[in-house]
Amino acid sequence: MDAGPNFDGKLPPLWHYGETEYDLISTKTLGFWLYMLSDALIFAGLFASYGVLDHNMNAAGGPVAAQVVHPVAAFGQTVAVLSSVLAYSLATVALKTGNKAGVMLGIVVALVFAAIFLVLEFADFQTLFAMGATPERSGYLAAFYILVATHGLHMMFGMLWMLVLLPQIWRSGFNTDVVTRMLNLRLFWQFQASVWVCVYVFVYLRDSIQ
Amino acid sequence: MLVHLQGPWSPLFGRLTLASIPYANPIIIFAFAFSAIAGIAIVAPVLYYRKAGYIFREWICSVDHKKIGVMYIILGLVMMFRGFVDGMMIRTQQVTADGPASPGFLEAQHGYLPPSHFDQIYSSHGTLMILFAATPILTGLGNIIVPLQIGARDMAFPTMNAISLWLTTMGAMLIMASLFIGDFSDAGWVGLIPLTELPYSPSVGVDYWMWAIQISSVGTTLNAINIIATVIGMRAPGMRWDRLPIFTWTTLSTNIIGLTAFPVLGVALALLGADRYLGTHFYTGGMGGNLMLYTDLFWIWGHPEVYFLVLPAFGILSEVIPTFSEKPLFGYITMVAATFAIAGISWSVWLHHFFTMGAGPWVNTFFSVATMLVGIPTGVKVFNWIFTMYRGRITYTTPMLWSVAAILLLLIGGITGVMLANPAINYTVHNSVFVIAHFHCMVLLIVFAAFAAVIYWFPKVFGFKLDEAAGKRFFWFFSLGTCTVFIAMFALGFEGETRRLDYLYDPDWMPMLVIEEFGIAFYCIACFYFFKMLFVSIRDREHNRCGADPWGTARTLEWMTHSPVPFYNFAVTPHVNALDELAWRRAHGYADVVPGRYEPIHMPKNTMVPIIIGVMSFAFGFGMVWRIWWMAGLGLLGIIAMVILRSFTPDAGYTLSADDMRRLEAEASRHGIVPDTHAPLPLAEERLV
Repeated sequence: MDAGPNFDGKLPPLWHYGETEYDLISTKTLGFWLYMLSDALIFAGLFASYGVLDHNMNAAGGPVAAQVVHPVAAFGQTVAVLSSVLAYSLATVALKTGNKAGVMLGIVVALVFAAIFLVLEFADFQTLFAMGATPERSGYLAAFYILVATHGLHMMFGMLWMLVLLPQIWRSGFNTDVVTRMLNLRLFWQFQASVWVCVYVFVYLRDSIQ
Repeated sequence: MLVHLQGPWSPLFGRLTLASIPYANPIIIFAFAFSAIAGIAIVAPVLYYRKAGYIFREWICSVDHKKIGVMYIILGLVMMFRGFVDGMMIRTQQVTADGPASPGFLEAQHGYLPPSHFDQIYSSHGTLMILFAATPILTGLGNIIVPLQIGARDMAFPTMNAISLWLTTMGAMLIMASLFIGDFSDAGWVGLIPLTELPYSPSVGVDYWMWAIQISSVGTTLNAINIIATVIGMRAPGMRWDRLPIFTWTTLSTNIIGLTAFPVLGVALALLGADRYLGTHFYTGGMGGNLMLYTDLFWIWGHPEVYFLVLPAFGILSEVIPTFSEKPLFGYITMVAATFAIAGISWSVWLHHFFTMGAGPWVNTFFSVATMLVGIPTGVKVFNWIFTMYRGRITYTTPMLWSVAAILLLLIGGITGVMLANPAINYTVHNSVFVIAHFHCMVLLIVFAAFAAVIYWFPKVFGFKLDEAAGKRFFWFFSLGTCTVFIAMFALGFEGETRRLDYLYDPDWMPMLVIEEFGIAFYCIACFYFFKMLFVSIRDREHNRCGADPWGTARTLEWMTHSPVPFYNFAVTPHVNALDELAWRRAHGYADVVPGRYEPIHMPKNTMVPIIIGVMSFAFGFGMVWRIWWMAGLGLLGIIAMVILRSFTPDAGYTLSADDMRRLEAEASRHGIVPDTHAPLPLAEERLV
């Protein structure tokens, strides 16, 4: 196949001297993209399950989709998620100039919006529980809760990540590790926001017009 | 939210009581005694020679991809042995429980195993063989070989690599625990729904099965990320995509499958877990659940998993056959294309596992055609191997014997697979042991290739060859056993024996069942020769020491460094000039050229983090199985805390200076390389210029 190059009697390069320079940040970021691919597959499985169980017969006589989802309530959550992403993105803009205070402010604001999202989601669940729409009521409700709650779990995970990152930025500034983590968290944060957009469209908007 | 369970529960021990330990069952007592003696036989010498500290520091805490790979393979071989004992018990039960006149022993009406116990045995046989034997062996081989083949110093994420290993190991440990504490799932390795639901399986068996798979498949997913990132990011200079060895290609494609398939299994089992723990209704018959949802999700993982296993096996054959035919692999590009074609189609064939479930003719047709399409790239591969051997200078070493037999098994398994892909035939033989015989041919092809790989790369990792005489006897008895068991099983399938029977109603099946039992006896003899091969080889290891290329005709990069491979792999990273770099260097007279100078290199440090995370994951799994909430919670919080703590303590690794490298290389040469009388002395590159 590949007979190798012709070196005209001279010795070809057989060894590469010196440390091979691997780009640490890009290798870790590639690894993180791959992780997100597997995470996306988890959501694909959950969305597929939701699609299968989103029929009136799967409500088993309990609340159907149109009674459960409130696009207006979820609108508040959507605004919170997107604002959080905006705040985090502004933090990464501040990272370009090495502005430590700006980065930390952006992350704190992102944290606050994420917390607002979780409070809104929790309140939404409270209302649903009060009307008897609990996960064990029917196959449909189980699929609804697991999909929305898995996204919520991702929010909590991202918040924990930010909480861990803040003291690291404070203590050691922007070294390779910290910057890698910040960039990967940006990927993760935009990923969960994209998932939320899908949840909002396929669960809240689509089902409320049925 | 939490499901209310029948039976005792205490906050401290959860559902665990003394009655959960099946000490009255003589079979389990025997299994326990056997495991305990085997455990003592391993631990006692370690303690006697005061090697516990060494084992802990240098192996358990290791982040070296080769040691991790070796531990993966040991785990896989041990689990394969247990899976084999399960298989032996299944066969023996069937041959003793055929016909109404068959006697009953112990608590069984026929044979010696009561139905529930028999069901647990075939469930653990399948789970062990697929997920805890074949998967770890192939993952381990990928771990050892891929970084060497691409000239990397280690994996992209060495610590995560060790975490993957320990998660997989802890999954296996959960299954071992189920043998002695509580019971195992009796719903098949596929988790037949709704049998796995709480009302039908109220014991902890299904929970063991579920959490063992969940924990180990997180490990497999992390490993897939690691391998893909390694192959993409860590290749040596000059290692272009068209020079990538075939085994690396197949491992890459396999891990792309693993990365995308295992999360779906995670979803399928998580929803089942929600049903069992939170009382939801994803898969229940009533209350709006959907049984087929589970079956679809499971097989959307399950079929890609089959190719996840078979593709590295194909890669192994593609390495072994050229080496022992002394020819380059025929059709490199078509081999790569066929690999990715199989990987791609693997996503669109899952429904052929349940043609009879009434999806309708058009759906069945689509999946039938898609399944038959797999035959095309697989056929390309078979012809490529045959053309590689054609007019080659073939030496029938043990790895070559395993490889040629693997091709024959692939033919039998593949052609019966195309038969099964036809829904009309499938309706007839569905759920019969014909299907079992078919997929055992396929899975045994993977095992054959795995043994070929273990014997082929063993000298690379340990520096001495395995004994060929015992290895060949091992091969012949194993092959004899395979033919005897599974050809008879094909016949029984046509005679109408259905799968998973603890009692067989038709006495006419007896002759074939007896033949199968003889096959099992051949397997037992093969087991003996396997252990003899290990024993003899380790005893005579000084005699069997070998150089960098013990086979003399190997072609790829991993054979250019010392045997055993030093922990830093290559003292100086090789510059790759051709596909089959070593064969190219040999042909051009560069094979003996060693680097002219050494440079400092950077290595990762061993760490306790992976094993701690592993132990925490076991605590989490065990706590969840027995609903000991404090233990599960501590395990989960412990894992999160370890990850956070580690992020605060950057691992700087350490640097080996050029002097260290010179000293280590001199030692490795003295230790490893046997002087080759007909080759000139190694030249330093500088002197050659």
